Amino acid sequence: MTDIIKLSQARRGDRGVIVEVGGHTHHQANGVELERRLLELGFVEGARVELLHEGLFGRDPIAIRVDDMRVALRRHEAASLTMKRDLA
Amino acid sequence: MDIALKTARIALVGNPNSGKTALFNALTGAHQKVANYAGVTVERKEGVVRAAAGRSMSVLDLPGTYSLRARSPDEEVTRDAVLGRLAGETPPDVVVCVADATNLRLVLRLILELKAVGRPMVLALNMYDIAQRQGLRIDLDGLRAELGVPIVTTVATRRRGVDDLIAAIETQAEMAALSDSRWRSPDAAELRAAAREAERIMKAHVRPPERPDTLTGKIDAVLLHPVAGLAILLALLFVMFQAVFSWAAPLMDGIEGGIGWLGGLVAAVLPDGLLQSLIVDGIISGVGSVLVFLPQILILFLFIIALEDFGYMARAAFLMDKIMGGAGLHGRAFIPLLSSFACAIPGVMAARVIDSKRDRLTTILVAPLMTCSARIPVYTLIIAAFIPNETVWGFANLQGLVMFGLYAAGIVSALLVSLVIRKVFWRGAVEPFMMELPTYKVPDLKSVAFNLWLRAKIFLNRAGRIILPAVTILWVLATFPYPPENATLPAIDYSFAGMIGRALEPIFAPIGFNWQMVIALIPGMAAREVAVAALGTTYAIADAENATGLLASTLAAQWSLATALSFLAWYIFAPQCVATLGVVRRETNSLKWTWIMIGYMFGLAYLASFVTYHVARALGGG
Repeated sequence: MTDIIKLSQARRGDRGVIVEVGGHTHHQANGVELERRLLELGFVEGARVELLHEGLFGRDPIAIRVDDMRVALRRHEAASLTMKRDLA
Repeated sequence: MDIALKTARIALVGNPNSGKTALFNALTGAHQKVANYAGVTVERKEGVVRAAAGRSMSVLDLPGTYSLRARSPDEEVTRDAVLGRLAGETPPDVVVCVADATNLRLVLRLILELKAVGRPMVLALNMYDIAQRQGLRIDLDGLRAELGVPIVTTVATRRRGVDDLIAAIETQAEMAALSDSRWRSPDAAELRAAAREAERIMKAHVRPPERPDTLTGKIDAVLLHPVAGLAILLALLFVMFQAVFSWAAPLMDGIEGGIGWLGGLVAAVLPDGLLQSLIVDGIISGVGSVLVFLPQILILFLFIIALEDFGYMARAAFLMDKIMGGAGLHGRAFIPLLSSFACAIPGVMAARVIDSKRDRLTTILVAPLMTCSARIPVYTLIIAAFIPNETVWGFANLQGLVMFGLYAAGIVSALLVSLVIRKVFWRGAVEPFMMELPTYKVPDLKSVAFNLWLRAKIFLNRAGRIILPAVTILWVLATFPYPPENATLPAIDYSFAGMIGRALEPIFAPIGFNWQMVIALIPGMAAREVAVAALGTTYAIADAENATGLLASTLAAQWSLATALSFLAWYIFAPQCVATLGVVRRETNSLKWTWIMIGYMFGLAYLASFVTYHVARALGGG
């Protein structure tokens, strides 16, 4: 059984591997640009991710561990990332 | 041999948080010049390195970036400087890529891009001591062979490896050949391929740390906690502003005493007359009344610099993103707005880190509402004169509390104004918020002190270049023409200053300002704190026969509480700073937006003062 979710749906403590960057966001005018910026910050297919922290209001933004660094982003952008969640 | 004789030009490139600026400071020490690039407003930091055999190299500290694919004006400068396309800049002979040795993955991809540019290069693995402490093993020889680039390990804060780095740069400048640039903006597929290649190099030459940093995670568990984190941020800001008051007090008393002593000394030495009046009443009392605020400004900057070096500022942006987003601002706007607490000019310029034009413009328009340090002299003067120095609720100092309230008023109005800007001028796609959260580091004392010294220098420079001429002109306006023989009023009533003040007085009467205050507002356009110097000069001259008491006690005797509060309200909003307006004009590249800012700020200032004055009078403060 696979457990594939958008990173924007992840909750604190969820870990996994990025399986798709960009994907279905290309209909957005800036989807291509967003994809490149995510790639430059280390969000590439195969990167290990873990959701470390959530903001107070609407659990947004989120702090993610990406391999060996930490990145903050909004759930809105995290929707462009698909992860395969580790089964607990 | 010519090439060895000419000054080699070095450019420092690296990811944000790689310690690039610390390395720049270690290389150049005090030999640095801060200016702007021709035509754009990106800060240009250049310094000189004395290399072996008396030769010198010039070093350029380029804005941090993850990629040469530029998205903001800062990153465009980095790209164009490296590619040698920047107008008015000689292309660098050697590019030094500065990398955080504990965080190599992203910089390896940047190195692959830099290599395509074809310029001689040196890789500086900075913070190497931390890497060693973590037991991170880097196969330097393998990496050197793989990348085809000389590698030097450095610890910039301890100046370790700096001589090796200079030697490596010199060798590269003399030996390495320039090849044609193969660089072009990578697309998503090329970025993926480069990331894979970087990953392969990592796996081959870097062994993961035996004792990875767990401290950052532990600290973040507290500082990024949804509730505790926000509470800590607020508490931190509260402590910061209380400290600005209580820590600075003894130093300020000392400076004040020194100025009084100097004035007395000069008055005793020089004969009575015009020259004595110019030096004692004009220059010493005018410049002195501004100089006295140096301790407070330095304490504020001490907090900002130390928190930045610690790595907290990115966390603050994280915590504030949703709150600021609600007001139509970007989380990243937190840093420009926080810098604006020191001075709106670096704040407006720091807004360049915001990629989106709209978010950036909104940030620029509200940045001057943040309580800059030039307002501190005005606020402290009025607070000291009118607000009793007592403890309320058992722990808080009332004067500090009022100051906190003034800061809060600035912040709240900035949020409201940006909300209005968003509603009135645009609605559109929300810009992305993404930023690295750097590893926490103990701030290095020496580098904090160095940066603090830079700030002090800028402030004193301003005091000399703007305030000194302003108080001299004001002294002339307040001294001439002389009063008639049978004058009954103080001499200043008959002067030019008195005439201008009285002419403008009707405009300001509804908000409770007297003509002395109106006079002070005029040179106060040069810079806010000049108003304090101006008040000092006008009241010192008007009160010539009294022993020169403290300006605060003079004001307490002359103004009503309602007038004082109205003056404070004016200073929350009024754009009393020509330098800021100039920077806004340059940064927005638009006269329209500059005028919109001037208009809304003066409008708000008049409105706020009007309401404050009349409410205070109604409550018995008249």
